[in-house]
Amino acid sequence: MAIPKIVPDFRVIRDENLCINCQACCRVCSNDTHSFDQNIAKIISDHRKCVGCHFCEEICSTGALTIEKCYSQIRENFNWNEVDFKNLMKQAHSGGILLTGMGNDRPWINYFDHIVLNASQVTNPSIDPLREPMEIKTFIGRKPDSIEQLKKEKKLPILLETEIPVLFSAMSYGSISLNACKSIAAAAWEAKTYWNTGEGGLPESLKKFVSRTIVQVASGRFGVDARYLNEASAIEIKIGQGAKPGIGGHLPGEKVTADISAARKIPEGTDAISPAPHHDIYSIEDLKQLIYALKETVDYKKPVGVKVAAVHNIAPIVSGIVRAGADFVTIDGFRGGTGAAPVVIRNNVGIPIEIAIATVDSRLRQEGIRNHASIIAAGGIRSSADVVKAIALGADAVYIGTATLVALGCHICQKCYTGKCNWGIATQDPYLTRRLNPEIGKRRLTNLLRAWALEIKEMMGGMGINAIESLRGNRDQLRGIGLNDKELALLGIKHAGDAW
Amino acid sequence: MNFKNICQFSDDRKVRIPSGCGIAGIFNKHGELLSGEIIVRAIDSMKDRGNGLGSGYAGYGIYQDCRNYWCFHLLYNQATARDQVEQYLKTYFNVKLSEQIPTRKVKSIKNPPVLWRYFLETKEQMPSEKEENLIVSVCMGINHNANDAFVISSGKNMGIFKGVGEPSEIADFYKLEDYKGYLWTGHNRFPTNTVGWWGGAHPFGLLDWSVVHNGEISSYGVNRRYLENFGYYCSLFTDTEVITYLFDLLARRQNLSLDTIGKIIAAPFWIQLENYSDEEKHLLKWLRIIYGPALVNGPFSIIVARSNFMLGINDRVKLRPLVAAEKGSTFFLASEESAICCMEKNPDRTWTPKAGTMTVCFYEKEHYGNSKDCT
Repeated sequence: MAIPKIVPDFRVIRDENLCINCQACCRVCSNDTHSFDQNIAKIISDHRKCVGCHFCEEICSTGALTIEKCYSQIRENFNWNEVDFKNLMKQAHSGGILLTGMGNDRPWINYFDHIVLNASQVTNPSIDPLREPMEIKTFIGRKPDSIEQLKKEKKLPILLETEIPVLFSAMSYGSISLNACKSIAAAAWEAKTYWNTGEGGLPESLKKFVSRTIVQVASGRFGVDARYLNEASAIEIKIGQGAKPGIGGHLPGEKVTADISAARKIPEGTDAISPAPHHDIYSIEDLKQLIYALKETVDYKKPVGVKVAAVHNIAPIVSGIVRAGADFVTIDGFRGGTGAAPVVIRNNVGIPIEIAIATVDSRLRQEGIRNHASIIAAGGIRSSADVVKAIALGADAVYIGTATLVALGCHICQKCYTGKCNWGIATQDPYLTRRLNPEIGKRRLTNLLRAWALEIKEMMGGMGINAIESLRGNRDQLRGIGLNDKELALLGIKHAGDAW
Repeated sequence: MNFKNICQFSDDRKVRIPSGCGIAGIFNKHGELLSGEIIVRAIDSMKDRGNGLGSGYAGYGIYQDCRNYWCFHLLYNQATARDQVEQYLKTYFNVKLSEQIPTRKVKSIKNPPVLWRYFLETKEQMPSEKEENLIVSVCMGINHNANDAFVISSGKNMGIFKGVGEPSEIADFYKLEDYKGYLWTGHNRFPTNTVGWWGGAHPFGLLDWSVVHNGEISSYGVNRRYLENFGYYCSLFTDTEVITYLFDLLARRQNLSLDTIGKIIAAPFWIQLENYSDEEKHLLKWLRIIYGPALVNGPFSIIVARSNFMLGINDRVKLRPLVAAEKGSTFFLASEESAICCMEKNPDRTWTPKAGTMTVCFYEKEHYGNSKDCT
């Protein structure tokens, strides 16, 4: 039979007038898209191999290359759209679960894009951050109910203190390169915020940044020992991830190099499998035991948090986690990224982070336990406006993952799981990882945080607010546009046009 | 009486009305009684700060004969609401006296609501803290649940008189010249987007707290939700309400000093902490961490009064005016110095409190409880 081929996603357009046959594109592409044909003395490109990472396009010294979407379309059909059609074809060919990287790319509603901010006019002067102090320092962890209660406590609660309410999300050494980890850790150090090791352990060369490091304890327990826990600033128990709620992880053995094996404390070349659940946590009581086991290990000197994916029952789940003793709860929305996840899970499981923040914040307030734990929102934060909206909905701080990688060069081609990242991020191939200079990477990330801090201050000043505490949970400053009553009620905001 | 127009007003309470305003306060710390006229002079001098859509006064020491009874001033938008509220009050209190608040007809004040006052004592003897909590929950109950009734003030030997009108008209209406008190605060209102309603005028009161406020609280959304944790429900839709409840929570329930409360609602900037000792820095940092949601942001100058003190405080960058003065045993606060001059032509000292600092004057203990008439 005629086996149908799959139409390529991209087309490589080469301007023959500009191309000087230097073959740089042939050398750099990890997917072998370009090759030099000796017979015709010309470079030819295999569109089928192109993943759309735009690396060749950007390094081409003469600007001869353009990567375009391939417009060879199947007959237009809203039900049988191109993505589902192609995925089905691939599965008919391979018989396997389709993998992907990064976050949900489906056109679900993005609530951040339906929320607008307030600004002061007449009755309330806006504040110019160039002239007046504008405070965004943030503390993460359990906060006492009153100053009297603080005095009664034997030990002061330990809090994370960050100069900007934006932290770098968990991305393990293994899922990303050491140079990427170095860039992130050094940027967190310099910007006085925190980075998160993910489940990759803490490589020796990053230990100088430990005082700005959140270490993860995930279902595979990779890299975890007493020293790892005691060195860090905080510990995060990872239960779930927005891109793949209910799904574990798998780092193939070929990626477990000597360095990674040392950081993860597993033999070189073995598969690193993180089970879907923690096999010692089958219930909330079990989670409480793990939280306190970790707290005992670090003598109650570090905050212990829990990361969960935003799912239907998120508010009661987080309430339970807070009551189980977590000092902070990370909620990862369904647009959160990943190094590898089944397409079907990434695209269909979980709920938007905006709704999760709002319902969790309201629930914790109703129960009078909002100050017992901080909420860190993750999954789909793209800009400083998203940060401000997330905080006004009720988050204490946000984690950025995809945004971090984009600042390092990532073009969101979603092929992280192949280990062939041309930008030197999601790969362990030394030929590729050296493309990412950790010094420059650090500078780009500190630039990003600086720019966002300036923008956050501008937006706050416009609202007549000069302290982030007065923005946190201040939904009065938000209005919805084009949302129905149920959505507005869940978000706890009014529609644009409604006064105070 | 025609209640039609008032019903229209009551719709406005669903909307929070930010406002510009004039405020003033006078306090004789020896308890000498002054006629209400004096505060009217001060407020009336700041006509530009209001637009006739709200004014009000709080007087302390005005009910000397009933000083041991809780005095509730009630505002009824519907006369029918009265029976319901009185039934409710009777479940907790013995009613010593129940009467209409004396008013006179003022031409420009049309369709005023029904105003009533009650002197009450709790049915059971209970510790004062418990008694105060009961008063708070009764006030919350009425304000939150009853559509047409609002508790305007609920303290002992004090009362709040407010409504929609110019300062002199409201004073006329309530016959303020008939009252004598050792502490008076007043307010002149400039609501910015809609007709004010009677309950939304200042001062705002709970127990013997009264607050007058000029400004717009941009942290209202945070403060309100923080207070809900502690059982305070904002139902009057004015910024001032949250300030009153914050003071009640922090001072009465959490027993924090006024100085500490000042450091919470107008917390020093982080960069200012360098000016403090290590011990103070430690305290200020934890106050900020614990009470961040109680920080009051946005422009404000407020005068807060209780039976034994009067204080003024500004936001951290002083975006609203506040002037203080003293003359002998009398302490003055006002939006403008001109208002102080209307009360006292030659103060011993006049000064402008700095941004975010609290200026407070206490009743002098040796004089406490023996108020005397000095007018």
